[in-house]
Amino acid sequence: MIAILDYDAGNIRSVEKAVKFLGKDACITRDKNEIFKASHVILPGVGSFGDAMEHLNAYGLTPIIKKLTDEKIPFLGICLGLQVIFESSEESPGVEGLSLIPGKIIRIPDGEGLKIPHIGWNSLHLQNDGRLFKGIDEGAFTYFVHSYYLKANDENVVKATTEYGVTIHASVEKNNIFACQFHPEKSGEIGLRILNNFLSI
Amino acid sequence: MYTKRIIPCLDINNGRVVKGVNFVDLRDAGDPVEVAKAYDKAGADEVVFLDITASSDHRKTVTELVEKVASQLFIPFTVGGGIRTVDDFRAILREGADKISINTSAIENPSLISEAAIKFGSQCVTVAIDAKKFPDGSYHIYKNGGRVDCGIDAIEWARKVESLGAGEILLTSMDCDGTKAGFELELTKLVAENVKIPVIASGGAGKKEDFLDVFKISNADAALAASLFHYKELEIRGLKEYLRENDVPVRL
Repeated sequence: MIAILDYDAGNIRSVEKAVKFLGKDACITRDKNEIFKASHVILPGVGSFGDAMEHLNAYGLTPIIKKLTDEKIPFLGICLGLQVIFESSEESPGVEGLSLIPGKIIRIPDGEGLKIPHIGWNSLHLQNDGRLFKGIDEGAFTYFVHSYYLKANDENVVKATTEYGVTIHASVEKNNIFACQFHPEKSGEIGLRILNNFLSI
Repeated sequence: MYTKRIIPCLDINNGRVVKGVNFVDLRDAGDPVEVAKAYDKAGADEVVFLDITASSDHRKTVTELVEKVASQLFIPFTVGGGIRTVDDFRAILREGADKISINTSAIENPSLISEAAIKFGSQCVTVAIDAKKFPDGSYHIYKNGGRVDCGIDAIEWARKVESLGAGEILLTSMDCDGTKAGFELELTKLVAENVKIPVIASGGAGKKEDFLDVFKISNADAALAASLFHYKELEIRGLKEYLRENDVPVRL
């Protein structure tokens, strides 16, 4: 069973549908017992950093996420679910993230001809042999929708980057913790393969 | 490489695709899931469903459609038509739609844009603008499917929807729509230059050169077309290859 964490984030169902399409059982839950029994845990999310942390804290999910990553249950954060596993975000100053991996979330700087949010398909540069990207070609396109981006402290955890005026850390992996700024559940065949790679870990 | 997007638009009535779509051999050309999947396979970057259902059961029809599409389509899709409240947004997004497009309801109640943006994020709020050129060179916006002149300047309105929290503008030129004589380059350029959010150009596409112009001259971020793709007058993959040969970044 794949547990998709329920903290009132939007578009949670599209992650569930993609997991089911790949032939796995999924449940949307915030029940502690159910989460710890899961083979894999996914934290999706769209919205703001501050709102997401407020909900994760209010539902008691913050200590659960920290504990399950200690217990080596494969964990995948998607989009805002990537951002909240880091320390802080310029979107919500003063709000403490889950701090599972050192790094900060920064506003995409204004640049000539660059629209914000960064909406659309962008190509990935793959590095450091990420397990999510097994069988994925350099330059593969995935779908992004965000206004803030990750700058991880340790380049070694960064498995994919993309360019949008700045170099965006698009995917990270550290031990059993995985995260993508792009939406694998909305990135067509490539995205489903990335998601399947996660579910196969 | 950040790419320009090509978006086919499907008209939906009571959960079925209306207007002919015969670009590919489908068992059922009226099934939105099949048509959308075929477009995904053909290289579309996203799909727009324009719901024209007028029945009182409108929302239920739309959420059922979204549920079905989201179970099998794994590229982004937008739903537009008859969406009036934050609750409508919630119901449709919850089933797996990525963006909601609003037009008349945004004009009549601009706070809907900000309420939806705060609740669900700007990325899922697309404001559709239907604009028509006036003899003095200005553009007015229209509501109710192009029937009512609102007397509001299109550029001003585009700036306003951006400030209210819209994440994207779907800009249709009423003068060009259906003519196949090319996109309204001047209008698209004006809007694209005056906002920082992405602009989808719509109305008038007739040949591949029209797409090149709207990306190169008007700096649109995406281009939308309907019948041109439905009747296979232009194939998406061939169009994208042409664009790439002409230095427009596309996903291939």
